[in-house]
Amino acid sequence: MVRFENVGMRYGMGPEVLHDLSFSLKPGDFRYLLGPSGAGKSSLMRLLYLAHRPSRGLVTMFDTDISTASRKTLASLRRRIGVVFQEFRLLNHLSALDNVALPLRVAGAREDQVREHVAELLAWVGLAEHLHVRPATLSGGQKQRVAIARAVITRPQLLLADEPTGNLDQALGLRLMHLFEELNKIGTTVVIATHNENLVASRPHPALRLTAGELGATVTLPATG
Amino acid sequence: MARKTGPVVPLGRDASSRLLPWVFTLMVYLASLSLASVLMLHGAADRWDRGEINAVTVQLLPLDDGSEAERIAQTLKLLRSTPGIAAARVLEISENMALLEPWLGEGDVLGELPLPRLIDVTLTPGETLDVEALSKTLAEAVPGVTVDDPKIWLNRLATLGRSLEAVAGAIVVLIASAAVATVIFITRMGLAVHQDIIELLHLIGARDSYVAYQFQSHALSVGLRGGLLGIAMAVGTLVGIRSAAERLDAPLLPDLSIEPWAWAAFAMVPLVTALIAMVTARITALRVLSRMP
Ligand SMILES: Nc1ncnc2c1ncn2[C@@H]1O[C@H](COP(=O)(O)OP(=O)(O)OP(=O)(O)O)[C@@H](O)[C@H]1O
Ligand SMILES: [Mg+2]
Repeated sequence: MVRFENVGMRYGMGPEVLHDLSFSLKPGDFRYLLGPSGAGKSSLMRLLYLAHRPSRGLVTMFDTDISTASRKTLASLRRRIGVVFQEFRLLNHLSALDNVALPLRVAGAREDQVREHVAELLAWVGLAEHLHVRPATLSGGQKQRVAIARAVITRPQLLLADEPTGNLDQALGLRLMHLFEELNKIGTTVVIATHNENLVASRPHPALRLTAGELGATVTLPATG
Repeated sequence: MARKTGPVVPLGRDASSRLLPWVFTLMVYLASLSLASVLMLHGAADRWDRGEINAVTVQLLPLDDGSEAERIAQTLKLLRSTPGIAAARVLEISENMALLEPWLGEGDVLGELPLPRLIDVTLTPGETLDVEALSKTLAEAVPGVTVDDPKIWLNRLATLGRSLEAVAGAIVVLIASAAVATVIFITRMGLAVHQDIIELLHLIGARDSYVAYQFQSHALSVGLRGGLLGIAMAVGTLVGIRSAAERLDAPLLPDLSIEPWAWAAFAMVPLVTALIAMVTARITALRVLSRMP
């Protein structure tokens, strides 16, 4: 479903921040994306959620060559991808409910179904009391949960999360990891970029390691406990 | 629990968007007034062109030979036997004076001036009168008689009316272009101001048409609100002008009434404005978006 061949990426005319990446993901894969700050994790995520086209190499997503895909094609591919952004990117003028509903509305879902699903999911992530609250009045962890709810509301085939548990306490972090794993079990491909060694240790999955824009071999972290 | 969902792109909160309805109100107001004058002038110019007149004036120049009464009688007799003439009435000296008073003032001057006598001729509706032939017959039969042919100044009026009509039409077109330019500008600005929101919408799978829809529906509602207020103000102004004109009782003013179909055209103005705004916003947004990577 995802295939990278010798992919390089740069921002504008700047230096190349990712070099010669080659890897592939199959339906049902679960990968961590690890690496020190500045290694290029978020940049690789940008390629994966189609915010960026590669500056060289071949990126194929859902059997579509990204370099040559039209804007319209990219839009429909993106509907199959759910993203939790590192900086959340919630719309501040919309309520939590409307933020989470957005991907459904963009895809043209029926309004009666939208409300029901969204309220249910927000209740599940512990925000039943905050449906009509603006993001600005939510705590960091609450915003993160809204962002996660927005990413999974459409049951995407590919779920990308950039530091999804950074602002959450241990218990809540594990609960959301559990959600990701449940989605993974029903076939969703999951990629989680993170620094959180505790998380990786307690929930072992194969990891892609980025160092200064280069990818090491995929490693399977040994389960602890 | 159901609450109203706000717009996805909060365009209504931009300073430029708060100004926009008023810009539209003003534009629609001016365009409506111009359009109203086009419609009125069009009707009037048509009537002037067709030379539809219902009265002519016959003048008897003072000859100072005491033949005035006889000449009047002769003229009246000729007039009354001419087909197409319904009535002919001699204006009293006092009526003559009343006509001149505004220019010459009251007083003895008038009494001493040799004034022409005027005969007010009413035409039979629906029949045409050959003013030229009448003029010729009268001049041959009675010395010092002339007929004011209204055709000549009607033609000039019609020409004037047509050019005023063209000017007013050009003003409507200019205002429409200004409205289009304004919408293009505001839409581009909105796209720039809300770049982050638009990027997010794209990232969650929105097509360009979905984003453009946000801008076009905003433009539609702004255009409609501004348009309705503008047309309301224009109708108020026109009604005011009409009642003022009626009180003036100026017979020389053309009949400035607006025909029913013209009122309908008038009611279309806010609708057309809103549609122009909507289509412009859509095209602008789609063009800008399609240039994004
Ligand atoms: N928008 C941008 N424009 C130009 N350069 C950028 C941009 N975003 C990131 N970079 C550069 O790309 C490189 C990789 O950054 P990236 O954000 O991908 O790192 P990261 O691994 O996500 O770091 P962190 O763990 O701190 O989030 C850095 O050198 C950074 O300066
Ligand atoms: Mg990052």
